[in-house]
Amino acid sequence: MIEYVIEVQNKFSLGIKELWQYRELFYFFTWRDVKVKYKQAALGILWAILQPLVMMVMFTLIFSKALNVGSDGIPYPVFALSGLLIWNIFSNGLLNSANSMIINANIIKKIYFPRLVIPMSAILTALVDFFFALIIYVLVLIYYHQQVSILKLLTCLPLGILITIVTTFGLGTFLAALNVKYRDFQYLLPFMIQFLLFANPVLYSVKAFNNPWINAIMKANPIAAAIQLCRSVFTGQEVDWQSVGVSSIVAILLLIMGVYTFRKTESYFADLA
Amino acid sequence: MKPILSIQHITKKFKIGAKQEGYLSLRDIIANPFKKREKDGKTFLALNDVSFDVNPGESIGIIGRNGAGKSTLLKILSKITPPTSGKIVCRGRVASLLEVGTGFHPELSGRENIYMNGSILGMRKFEIDKHFEAIINFSGVEKFIDTPLKRYSSGMQLRLAFAVAAHLEPEILIIDEVLAVGDAEFQKKCLGKMNEVSKSGRTVLFVSHDMNAIEQLCSKVIILQKGELVAQGETHQLIGNYLNEHKDFNGSQLWLTENISLIDLLFQTQEIISGGNIKFSIALGFEQQLPLITDFCLLIYSLKGVRVGIIDLRPYLDKFKEQENKLSLHVTLENFNLVDGEYSIGLFYNINEIRKEVLDIKQIRVKPGQRINATINPYLPQHRGYLELSGNVKIN
Repeated sequence: MIEYVIEVQNKFSLGIKELWQYRELFYFFTWRDVKVKYKQAALGILWAILQPLVMMVMFTLIFSKALNVGSDGIPYPVFALSGLLIWNIFSNGLLNSANSMIINANIIKKIYFPRLVIPMSAILTALVDFFFALIIYVLVLIYYHQQVSILKLLTCLPLGILITIVTTFGLGTFLAALNVKYRDFQYLLPFMIQFLLFANPVLYSVKAFNNPWINAIMKANPIAAAIQLCRSVFTGQEVDWQSVGVSSIVAILLLIMGVYTFRKTESYFADLA
Repeated sequence: MKPILSIQHITKKFKIGAKQEGYLSLRDIIANPFKKREKDGKTFLALNDVSFDVNPGESIGIIGRNGAGKSTLLKILSKITPPTSGKIVCRGRVASLLEVGTGFHPELSGRENIYMNGSILGMRKFEIDKHFEAIINFSGVEKFIDTPLKRYSSGMQLRLAFAVAAHLEPEILIIDEVLAVGDAEFQKKCLGKMNEVSKSGRTVLFVSHDMNAIEQLCSKVIILQKGELVAQGETHQLIGNYLNEHKDFNGSQLWLTENISLIDLLFQTQEIISGGNIKFSIALGFEQQLPLITDFCLLIYSLKGVRVGIIDLRPYLDKFKEQENKLSLHVTLENFNLVDGEYSIGLFYNINEIRKEVLDIKQIRVKPGQRINATINPYLPQHRGYLELSGNVKIN
């Protein structure tokens, strides 16, 4: 017989055990979001492939052809796409998870389950898009006859994705919790993401800067590190492991901050939402 | 036997100030960074030190007016919102049904929604698989099972939602006013299913405004009033008391049924004169749906408690005017032939299938009227009985 107590929450716990009990919900929420997202679109899931492709073509025209931005010695489309794939996990995941609690407010108010399931599934939804986008990535690589280091493909790429997920999850849960209380983030976030797209070396190389301050920030920036890892698969350049180490720590700190804030406030979501 | 649910001194406070907008905006904080929030805001006790135990297999009805704290109690029991103080010890798996069809998505098909809704309600996938056929059969929407939910009628959505919920197998089932929606046949089906659930030995907590449903389903009831538990005990007795209470009608509200109230019974004639015309108006307040009134009579009693007569308003029920959750009727009655004196007014009604008599709503005073033959002094009122008959005398 299960016995448990409902009372005022004052101690902090991650609730892993409970999350495991409800593990099927991750699947159902993610599955629902992916399904609903593409359900009434004529092209359906193709959009997950088309979106990064269109972005790649657009940015290639602007940055490479018009502005002549350097691309670390690989074709600019490959360069941009490898940045965009990581970027899309981050930006879509962040946007999805930050708004997830509000979108699902009607469910939160009516039924209990570990609330972390919601922002987590929102990021998983962005990951599903990523895996579809990988198809176009492979096609682009083949088209440009891009040389790939297999060792780095199996180590650096997954590590980059992992850092991205951890960062996104940390910031996402943090914003999701704040968003329930202060809806301002709902309006602020699109601007923030637009700004971050240009503040991160998605479309240009990290080497574009000479300012030591900016370089230091870039070193500690988990998204920059993830993109760098992802690109190192083709560029043949050495990975800056110091930067990867520092930004991994930053990512983990973000995760702790996000989950802590979320868990601290989650029991009041139903009152606030 | 240990209680399956032990509710101990549960209190829930809401901050009224912060609640007004529903949520704080950052602007409030920026605009007023030094203003003390929360601390100087008024608080409202939705629940105040509520304690009770529920034994395994019991079905408990929770009744109380709107705002009595019923829904807050259910929300705390289902872990949606935490109590401000106090604790609850649960000894079993709880499933709560505060709404039918939580998590239903209009773009998903019926089949997909069964899985989505079921898993949100706490069912594992294999459990849903196991019950899938039964759910579809119970809902009666098998033909449309692969159609998106947005093409369903609201009745079909409701049936599907209830079908999923009916196949939950928790030890403790918490239900909030689920039956307030849907047609009569569906309600009957739901009630039957819930009866089955409670008979099978599971514990049910049920909030409803429908006293008939509570009487059918629950062996015990708990009455909440303004956040406090005011009574608990055997259903029939308590419901009787509950509906009989609140006779203190003094121009405020008198509850006729759970959500229909008598707002006004006003005698507009300043002085009621024996043999003259009287005018009175009745106003009923209702919540949500228009009440179904099948009987409505004014009862006139002497102060000794003898029924003198009734004013049967059944022929005029369709004359009630509806306006903003209010039904009103203005009546003029000619030749009000009561002997002068004091009378007490009561009410007999049948509203939404609830038949009741309420006595002592109002007192009226009838003054002596003009007599036909003014030359003879009348006898004292107590000798004349209650009804003037002399007005109709003709000598052949």
